[in-house]
Amino acid sequence: MSPAPILSAFRQALGEAWAGGAGALLPLGFFAGAAVLVPLGIGTEPGMLRAVGPGILWVSLALSSLVTLERIFQADVEDGALDLWLQTSAPVSAIAAAKTFAHWLTAGLPLALMSPVLALMFQAEAGTDLLSGALIYGLGGLAFFFWGGVGAALSATVRRGGLLIALIALPLYVPTAIFGSMAMSDAAGGDSAPLLLVASTLFSLALAPFAMAAALRLAAD
Amino acid sequence: MQLGQRVYSGDDVQLLTASGLGILRGERVLFEGVSLTVAPGEAMVLRGPNGAGKTTLLRMLAGLTRPEAGRVNRDAALHWVGHRDGLKPNETPRTHLKLWAKAWGADADVDAILNDMGLSRPADVAARYLSAGQRRRTALARLMLEKRPVWLLDEPFTALDAEGRDRVLAMVAGHRQGGGAVVAAVHGDAGFAASREMVL
Repeated sequence: MSPAPILSAFRQALGEAWAGGAGALLPLGFFAGAAVLVPLGIGTEPGMLRAVGPGILWVSLALSSLVTLERIFQADVEDGALDLWLQTSAPVSAIAAAKTFAHWLTAGLPLALMSPVLALMFQAEAGTDLLSGALIYGLGGLAFFFWGGVGAALSATVRRGGLLIALIALPLYVPTAIFGSMAMSDAAGGDSAPLLLVASTLFSLALAPFAMAAALRLAAD
Repeated sequence: MQLGQRVYSGDDVQLLTASGLGILRGERVLFEGVSLTVAPGEAMVLRGPNGAGKTTLLRMLAGLTRPEAGRVNRDAALHWVGHRDGLKPNETPRTHLKLWAKAWGADADVDAILNDMGLSRPADVAARYLSAGQRRRTALARLMLEKRPVWLLDEPFTALDAEGRDRVLAMVAGHRQGGGAVVAAVHGDAGFAASREMVL
């Protein structure tokens, strides 16, 4: 097996993400918008903001990851590229993983990079914790995108499948959301939480590609 | 529509063999008992009214749709050109062909292929600005990237002008001369030399 088809799938997905104008920036806008609205809703008492901040960011991150997922496989079904990707020498799971990873790079990584700014808005203390926070949001986001990719593959042939993706993916987001919030909080037991988050992300990376591959084969059938 | 057992046979060397293919679509039997063989140099034209299952049969031969009955033996590599062109809106004919040449590990002269297909002028125009015929030519140009014995073509002439049609016929003729085989769903006169027909 040569890695060439996988690299090509990755490259095509990157090109597509940047070609649709500011399409890749939509999740970023959604992320910022959702996080900015919360202080307006609950008031600006610093202690309260600091307490709810990480949780709000996790919820916003989870929802933002769903914004552009709808198109990643649906477009391939509509334009016929899926047929071609199913027929390369590479495993379909690797192709799906490459596409999802490219999507995370363009839509998910910017979310993680923006998280320190939003955390500051929630009165987090400036310092190295913000950077480790970005790393944690990046890891959690990666799991969100891979689970979301399963939803996207399952609903690839469904018109207006966006909500369906959310219904499929949100339950799968639960472990990441729990370990992610624990990792961000100072509560007791927080030490092992980052490791558990890494584990749950690795679990999604290991499992989701096979689920996506099975769903894509069905979509082409 | 009843097809019955209809077995086509060619030479001893077979590139593609299908036996007893059948599939349900909803509650309806789309077709059943379809068997065919394709040998080097052959062209087979699939015919039938809209909805008869020509595309489904081709997708089965390509391994994209799983048959509910029967089996397909693919003894040679194949090219599939469906009625969807497989181009992304932001791809140009040149980037599209280069991407697939790379994905397939094919050492192809993309410039020459673009020239052969009459795509030199729009070679660097994004697919969303191309005409349907130009997109079709780009999809068919993939056939030239890598030599594969079996071509499965679904309505290859759709949106092509007379000159494009002639180019495809020349490609098919050359492919068959080189020992390749073609299975195509075509409406009207296919224009292939000495081809067999199968009616669904």
